[in-house]
Amino acid sequence: MVIVIFDVIKPGLLTTIQDLGRKGYQKYGLAVSGAVDHYAHRMANILVGNQENAATLEVTLIGPTLHVNETRTIAIAGADLTPYVNNTPVPLWHSFTVNKGDTLSFKGYRSGCRAYIAVAGGIKVEDTLGSKSTDLISGVGGYFGRGLVKSDTIHAYEWRPYKKYFPRKLSPELVPTYSRKVNLRIILGPQDDAFTKEGIDTLLSAEYSVTKDADRMACRLDGPRIEHKIGADILSEGMFMGAIQVPKSGKPILFQAGRPSVGGYTKVGGVITVDLPKVAQLKPNDCVMFEQVTLQEAQEWLQVQEKMFKILQANC
Amino acid sequence: MDYSFKLAGDQSVVVKFGNQMNEHTSQTVQKLSKVIEAKAIIGIEEVILGYTTLLIHYNPLKITYRDLLTTVDLLIKEMDLSKFKGNNTIEIPVLYGNDTGPDLADVARINNLTPDEVIDLHTAPFYSVYFLGFSPGFPFLGGLNDKIATERLDSPRNRVYAGSVGIANNQTGIYPVTSPGGWRIIGRTPISLFNPNSAKPFLLSPGDTIKFKSVTKKEYDEIIVKQD
Repeated sequence: MVIVIFDVIKPGLLTTIQDLGRKGYQKYGLAVSGAVDHYAHRMANILVGNQENAATLEVTLIGPTLHVNETRTIAIAGADLTPYVNNTPVPLWHSFTVNKGDTLSFKGYRSGCRAYIAVAGGIKVEDTLGSKSTDLISGVGGYFGRGLVKSDTIHAYEWRPYKKYFPRKLSPELVPTYSRKVNLRIILGPQDDAFTKEGIDTLLSAEYSVTKDADRMACRLDGPRIEHKIGADILSEGMFMGAIQVPKSGKPILFQAGRPSVGGYTKVGGVITVDLPKVAQLKPNDCVMFEQVTLQEAQEWLQVQEKMFKILQANC
Repeated sequence: MDYSFKLAGDQSVVVKFGNQMNEHTSQTVQKLSKVIEAKAIIGIEEVILGYTTLLIHYNPLKITYRDLLTTVDLLIKEMDLSKFKGNNTIEIPVLYGNDTGPDLADVARINNLTPDEVIDLHTAPFYSVYFLGFSPGFPFLGGLNDKIATERLDSPRNRVYAGSVGIANNQTGIYPVTSPGGWRIIGRTPISLFNPNSAKPFLLSPGDTIKFKSVTKKEYDEIIVKQD
């Protein structure tokens, strides 16, 4: 059965279908892709009773206008782009029901960069190599491998409401705040030894600003140059989410979900996993500072976060 | 064998086998990736091959960093490179020059050769697929003759067509999908390197050997028709 959940009236700046990424094909050069902000994506799914990996709509800065075609529980998490249903504002990090004939729209940017719209049952598209996520580089997955445009129709899986669980609301202490000045905790490596001591000191003390050149692939920063010992080129090697690449310019680039699988420039460090959602919510002119932590600390924080997700998912 | 581990964030580690890009190092990287995948170690999620490195993505909730290093250390010590077996040899038909190879004439001129000599030098070797990356199915190949090594274009093209065969310094490669790119394009292959919806989505794998073959416009067109 074909269920059209949304008709796209206006697509917004960039709205794509994403899940948690296409895993296992990076060694063939295929990007992982998936939601840039895993935290908001997972929470939006949990709020509507989905598995964490169900596909959502990732919305960027300027939200879409969607005509609702089927009465359904939905949730929006992540950036505050002022979501409205018809003429009424709707809350973030809550689940609520939209009715056939409603219009979901976004009135303008307030904080953060990316919001996730989850629908109960999940957005339906064919899997491409094990994932529904849109890879904009190679044009595969999601909705014909591209961002949504006017008149697209978004399908959903069948879903039977079990009302006693809804609506749901995330505990306020689990709702992140997106400030315009962000402290990112990092681990040095794999090429920190390609930089001078002054270079590393600069990285860990200077303030960087987000440039206009920020997208799903990477977030380019401007600020004091991070000094190399000799050069910025390395033999191409595997990339990872949160990698802080420093090319010849000395200006750091933070790699995100849409990154290519390999890169040929030095990487001074990596943003720790629990801080990656902060990178996902950066937008031009936001400020970033870096703080070094140990691997052990980073993995302990990750453990705490994942325990919390496990409990939420179990009660889902 | 000399190698070292480098931290790459809190969920991956780079195993580095020196700084020399060559056949032996690449075979070591390929062997380790195969051994790791064959063992299906709990907590290791995927690997990415490079010229001299293997990046290992792991889940620290399933395997500790310390256990990961111990495991990989042991695998490297047990690795037997004498048993290295490449995969397949794949012939890549290429229509060189003209519209499909707009930079062939420049590559010839820069290297004081004729276009036909460039084609001969490019089709002569068996190239090893060291690894794939950059875009889906894009092969990083070893074995280009130095006589036709040519610098990248000063400014990259916005659109390099899928199948384009190019040269960048001492590397040669094939663009699997249409994308921007700065390599000097000397020809184009009609065969597809990336078919996301087929049972075998990637034509090439690390360890394959490829051989370019010069074809005529007629042969090129026939292969395209046959594929459709």
